[in-house]
Amino acid sequence: MRGEVAVSEEKVVKGIKFGLLSPELIRKISVTAIVTADVYDEDGLPSEGGIMDPRLGVIEPGQKCVTCGNSIVACPGHFGHLELARPVIHVGFVKHIYDILRATCRHCGRLKIPEEELNRYFDLLKRLEGRWPLLARGLTDYVRRKAMKAMECPHCKSRQFKIKLEKPTSFLEEGPGGSRKLWPTDIRARLERVDNRDLKLMGHDPEFARPEWMVITVLPVPPISVRPSILLETGIRSEDDLTHKLVDIIRTNDRLRESINAGAPEVIIEDLWDLFQYHITTYFDNEVPGVPPAKHRSGRALRTLAQRLRGKEGRFRGNLSGKRVDFSARTVISPDPNLSINEVGVPEEVAKTLTIPERVTPWNIDELRTHVLNGPYRHPGANYVIDPSGRRIDLRYIKDLKAIAENLKPGYIIERHLKDGDVVLFNRQPSLHRMSIMAHIVRILPGRTFRLHLAVCPPYNADFDGDEMNLHVPQSDEARAEARVLLLVQEHILSPRYGGPTIGGIQDYISGAYLLSSKATLLTKEQVSELLAGSGYEGPIPEPVVLSPKVLWSGKQIISLILPPDFNFRGKANMSAGPLRCDDYECFWDSYVVVKRGKLLMGVLDKKTLGSQQPESMLHWITKEYGNSFGRKFMDNAFKMFLRFVEMRGFTMALDDVKPPAKAVEEINAVVEDSKKKVAELIEQYNEGKLEPIPGRTMDESLEIRIMEVLADARDNAGEIATKYLDPFNNVFIMARTGARGNVLNMTQMAALLGQQSVRGERIRRGYDGRTLPHFKPGDVGPEARGFVRNSFVGGLSPIELFFHAAGGREGLVDTAVRTSQSGYMQRRLVNALQDLRVDYDLTVRTPSNSVVQLIYGDDGVDPGKSSYGNAVNIDRIIERVVGWKL
Amino acid sequence: MGWKSEKVRVNILEHELVPRHEVLSAEEVVELLRRLGIRPEQLPWIRASDPVARELGVKPGDIVRIIRKSPVAGESIAYRFVISG
Ligand SMILES: [Mg+2]
Ligand SMILES: [Zn+2]
Ligand SMILES: [Zn+2]
Ligand SMILES: [Zn+2]
Repeated sequence: MRGEVAVSEEKVVKGIKFGLLSPELIRKISVTAIVTADVYDEDGLPSEGGIMDPRLGVIEPGQKCVTCGNSIVACPGHFGHLELARPVIHVGFVKHIYDILRATCRHCGRLKIPEEELNRYFDLLKRLEGRWPLLARGLTDYVRRKAMKAMECPHCKSRQFKIKLEKPTSFLEEGPGGSRKLWPTDIRARLERVDNRDLKLMGHDPEFARPEWMVITVLPVPPISVRPSILLETGIRSEDDLTHKLVDIIRTNDRLRESINAGAPEVIIEDLWDLFQYHITTYFDNEVPGVPPAKHRSGRALRTLAQRLRGKEGRFRGNLSGKRVDFSARTVISPDPNLSINEVGVPEEVAKTLTIPERVTPWNIDELRTHVLNGPYRHPGANYVIDPSGRRIDLRYIKDLKAIAENLKPGYIIERHLKDGDVVLFNRQPSLHRMSIMAHIVRILPGRTFRLHLAVCPPYNADFDGDEMNLHVPQSDEARAEARVLLLVQEHILSPRYGGPTIGGIQDYISGAYLLSSKATLLTKEQVSELLAGSGYEGPIPEPVVLSPKVLWSGKQIISLILPPDFNFRGKANMSAGPLRCDDYECFWDSYVVVKRGKLLMGVLDKKTLGSQQPESMLHWITKEYGNSFGRKFMDNAFKMFLRFVEMRGFTMALDDVKPPAKAVEEINAVVEDSKKKVAELIEQYNEGKLEPIPGRTMDESLEIRIMEVLADARDNAGEIATKYLDPFNNVFIMARTGARGNVLNMTQMAALLGQQSVRGERIRRGYDGRTLPHFKPGDVGPEARGFVRNSFVGGLSPIELFFHAAGGREGLVDTAVRTSQSGYMQRRLVNALQDLRVDYDLTVRTPSNSVVQLIYGDDGVDPGKSSYGNAVNIDRIIERVVGWKL
Repeated sequence: MGWKSEKVRVNILEHELVPRHEVLSAEEVVELLRRLGIRPEQLPWIRASDPVARELGVKPGDIVRIIRKSPVAGESIAYRFVISG
């Protein structure tokens, strides 16, 4: 702006190279040698040359670093180093050491392959490298394996011996005089002899990783900031696990050196050496198989270097690709049918904590002034003001907000509270598909929960039994634009998984739609006004269907008012099944829906037409043909109307709705008694050996199958009797028929009987020897003894029946628990494998390196989210739209 | 190597579960790579030791066209670059 352009040297990261630290490099990096095991002196100050040496970096706030001069915020910490009295093996590289030892000569260190052959392989390797990395690896593996086989060195002709790896870190050489332990000194000496070109042929890069560096002679000591000590309330200092381990290492190192200098017997030195190896091994990785983990005094295993990185809570999965971000909030969710499906209700308390940085311009300066004036504690306020020099003013500590407000000029940035109309991301875990994170428009509401519309519960898989959700506030204009255009709820009505809406009516919305669209519904003018007002309709009211004695409108007329005027639709209702089935528009039961030119002419609306996750439904065509925005508005309005009607009419479920009359109970009892008799007969036949076996089954299996058939029939028949006697227009029946909630089986279980309970598809057998419970005789295979529940939920279960029901129910809980963990792991693997694939402009599927995965996305190039139930176009539907009707 | 026995030997290319495989001519290769704007190894790979590749007698460096029946597209075409191994 002032005509100055900041010129900075631009550097681009081209790649990352991993290698080993050489002893020289470790010494060069180090700011001090660690020479004493004492951590603090008598005064409680860190000892010079100790593990807490101040040269390793500042720890106390306010101090300046002796090494780099920075304060605690800027000092990165500095490495020290420890000279080891004897070298030790690095556990992380045991495999590589083992491979090199076996592939090279014990005497001259050359790769045990003749020279001419080596030259050939080397030329080949040079050609494969770069373009064929996979083949290059194959070659190095082959060379290594081939060299290991040679029992005589082709270069110096010396005899070779078998080398064995004694896990985790010991190597044994089986020479002619029996096996001999190779000490790290021997190993290091051998590795030092290996030729650079030979190493390349074994797949190593000697420039960055000489093999002898895998045997450690100098140990880097990490800075204190990596292993901070904690000051407990009692005033006692508690050191980090790594510090504990380092102290062990230094102590053993000292003992080892003293023993060597004092000329102690070999055995003692070797024992100490092994101990030293143990400490360094567990310092790197405390979960090496075959090594007892190093323990804390309390018995807790120490969390050393590898444990910090590995696993779910490790640095990679837990921190680097992990969550925990600023500008986010989490609380319990609850429903609010009065919101738009695009909205989310945010508690004021949350809105006062989450902020959006807004730059002051001549157009928003007045509004932002009011925010500043409100301050951090009154709602549409602000928490910080950032002046053009970048100074942050915390409004909590400002007495005179007015002065700050008046002083605002374009160029200031206000971190203002979240307010109505802001866009935020809303998420419920597990985030299994892209609809698990959608953008919502903020509505600040009283209370302490997030509020969301019920129609968005299905894509989040949310309910309100205590579920919590997360909210994130995008901070840049780009992020907000992306959220609005790509992530907004309405853009996800149509699912990318199958061509159909994921968002739609559930439960009371469906009951309400059914009741309102039912032929029997006639509405007074007051009712019509109320429904239309609730749905935001503004326009004329049509001619009433009944003029006398009272002016009345049909429910279908009112629904038609909010349908698009040129909309055509026909299709079966959910009700259209069993005796109420209709396949065409001559339908006595009103179970075939016909919408012509925006008028609902016949049929009731229920799950098939308005439900969520129903492809080729009315809701699907409305959103697909009139756009996401229209589809959203339609849902906002229609659903409010349906709910209003449910409230008007009243919709409850009572015990009477599922209590069968005495006559029905009698009939059910007869059915049950009859089946019990049949089962008894089967058992008798079985005992007499007269039971006809089922082909391919044993007698026992045949009996079991027959009994199960009889009992299943009993339940079905009893269920039919119960449903026959119940009022088909009671509310429970309506919910089952329209698909709002529950099904006929649930009703049967409430009204008639629960029927056979099962574990692993069999009647219940487990428990005692030969019987399920001590209430039965051993060997009793009758219905009662094997988990047949003859009572209904309304009638009440006997204690034994309740036990069987619980046994059956437990199976369901167990395999949901098992399934979620398995599918979670599968999800992780799939996401890692597929996350970077993209569909290119030529419809090919490609990797980031432009390799082709599919020639046409999905073989047909169809975006399922824009398809109708997987087909690119639905021709019938198009003809219907153009011609108005298909004959 | 039981399958080498003359009596048991079956041409797997004729099995109904094996989709049609064809070797591309030099001109076809040039056209395909130009169209996709890639080097041959950026196609999916098939090993020369793959039973179908062996039966076809293709060598590393060849490109194979595979024509499969597809439930969504009727027929779907894929290409594979033959690698050694
Ligand atoms: Mg829940
Ligand atoms: Zn420093
Ligand atoms: Zn040799
Ligand atoms: Zn097979």
